[in-house]
Amino acid sequence: MDVTHPDAEFRAFLAEGRFMIQRSRGTRAFVFYPRAVAPGTGARDLEWVEASGRGVVYSTTVVRKKPPEPSYNVALIDLDEGVRMMSRVEGLDPEAVTIGMAVRARIIDQEGEPVVIFDPVEGGQ
Amino acid sequence: MSGFPSGRTAIVGAATFGQGRAPGFEASDLAAIAAGMALEDAGLTLADVDGLFFCHPTDTMGGLSFAQYLGIRPRVTDNNRTGGSAFQTYVEHAACLLDAGLIDCALIAYGSNQATATGKLVSTVQPMRYEAPYRPLNPVSSYALATARHMHQYGTTREQLGAVALAARAWAQLNPEAFKRDPLTMDDYLASRRVSDPLTVLDCCLVTDGAAAVVMTRADRARDLKRKPVHVLGAAAETHHREIGWLDDLTVTAAQASGARAYAQAGLGPSDIDVVQLYDAFTINTILFLEDLGFCPKGEGGRFVQDGAIAPGGALAVNTNGGGLSCCHPGMYGLFTIVEAVRQLRGECGDRQVAGAERALAHGNGGVLSSQATVILGV
Repeated sequence: MDVTHPDAEFRAFLAEGRFMIQRSRGTRAFVFYPRAVAPGTGARDLEWVEASGRGVVYSTTVVRKKPPEPSYNVALIDLDEGVRMMSRVEGLDPEAVTIGMAVRARIIDQEGEPVVIFDPVEGGQ
Repeated sequence: MSGFPSGRTAIVGAATFGQGRAPGFEASDLAAIAAGMALEDAGLTLADVDGLFFCHPTDTMGGLSFAQYLGIRPRVTDNNRTGGSAFQTYVEHAACLLDAGLIDCALIAYGSNQATATGKLVSTVQPMRYEAPYRPLNPVSSYALATARHMHQYGTTREQLGAVALAARAWAQLNPEAFKRDPLTMDDYLASRRVSDPLTVLDCCLVTDGAAAVVMTRADRARDLKRKPVHVLGAAAETHHREIGWLDDLTVTAAQASGARAYAQAGLGPSDIDVVQLYDAFTINTILFLEDLGFCPKGEGGRFVQDGAIAPGGALAVNTNGGGLSCCHPGMYGLFTIVEAVRQLRGECGDRQVAGAERALAHGNGGVLSSQATVILGV
């Protein structure tokens, strides 16, 4: 499948419930965020592939808000495909998110926009 | 071969103005006042300036606006916006342009009224599309993610980060121009309000007004001017990424590359440097840059600073003006590291003077550890 409008197509996939990332046909390297050309090589040979959704927390922080507004997690997730993305880990206290934690992607609706977040994998780590 | 004209250009004028709070001024007013002071310091005038190196906190065409404000028509206008490191890159570019004879006198200036105007960091940065849904409190959260990684990989502790903040404050107490000069204890630091874990308010640079300027010319002309020339021995930069997620290893910055090239240009190494000015937007910056610029091994930065090694009287004089943490941080701080390095090499720093300082390093950081640029100066 040819990539023509990277950001719009990424969002359209998410709206269909599909978490897609890109891969260079030439180097087989995965790419995130969506682009029109491959970083490093400049090749216009990126194709969409379904992300496994599996990943590991590379780093994590808690953005502190003044109560009653809840503090929340912000994390960098290394996907199994070898690309990294910013996201958050849900389903546990934000400070309980730890580096190295195994996580799995889930698409949620956030104020009308589909967004990829992550849940801890039971028995993972 | 680097091609850099090591020692063939010099900083001949330097000034700061309005560090802390400067009510009643616009950003360009502050920059213009500092520019005038730096030219007076050099014994030069605006009519001598044919190269302008400037970025404005919010006006992305500020290089043009500032030329108009000053009433000059520069041959070269460098409006590069790599963030707080832009000023180090200005020194690099100005040195090459001066040496090539394309310009004869470079003015590098910056000013911001962010603290009195808004009370918070003012910048042109737009949230990145693939970060925005997760609401990072940038730039703090990006540096927090790097800090968390450093703690995880190397066992760096809150107390070690605190030692950076305490050292900066101790230096600031020796600098009459510094904005934060009240005593700071480790208990104060450890009790500080959390912003983005593990960083607290006291891990973050100040939000102040302030302006700075330096004037550069060729070394042969510099000899005839009124101040002792401070020679540009090396200047090098590297861009690695924009958003923090694209820094390969969050504990290793492009300062390794910019530093290595600047040292090679100067024919010097870390052990030759008498005084070090590092862009300390956050406490982790000082630790990362001490490592990446070769003052201690990778991962050892926390242990290096923990017992006061970078505080007044310590083994290595770092951020002698009090840094962005305690002296001033008007949005982009890189030029202030250069002015403080010049002042140390001229021996005009009073109570905080590093005795006999002959070689100084001024390191700039832009974005979220994104752009790194290193300047090495000598007398």
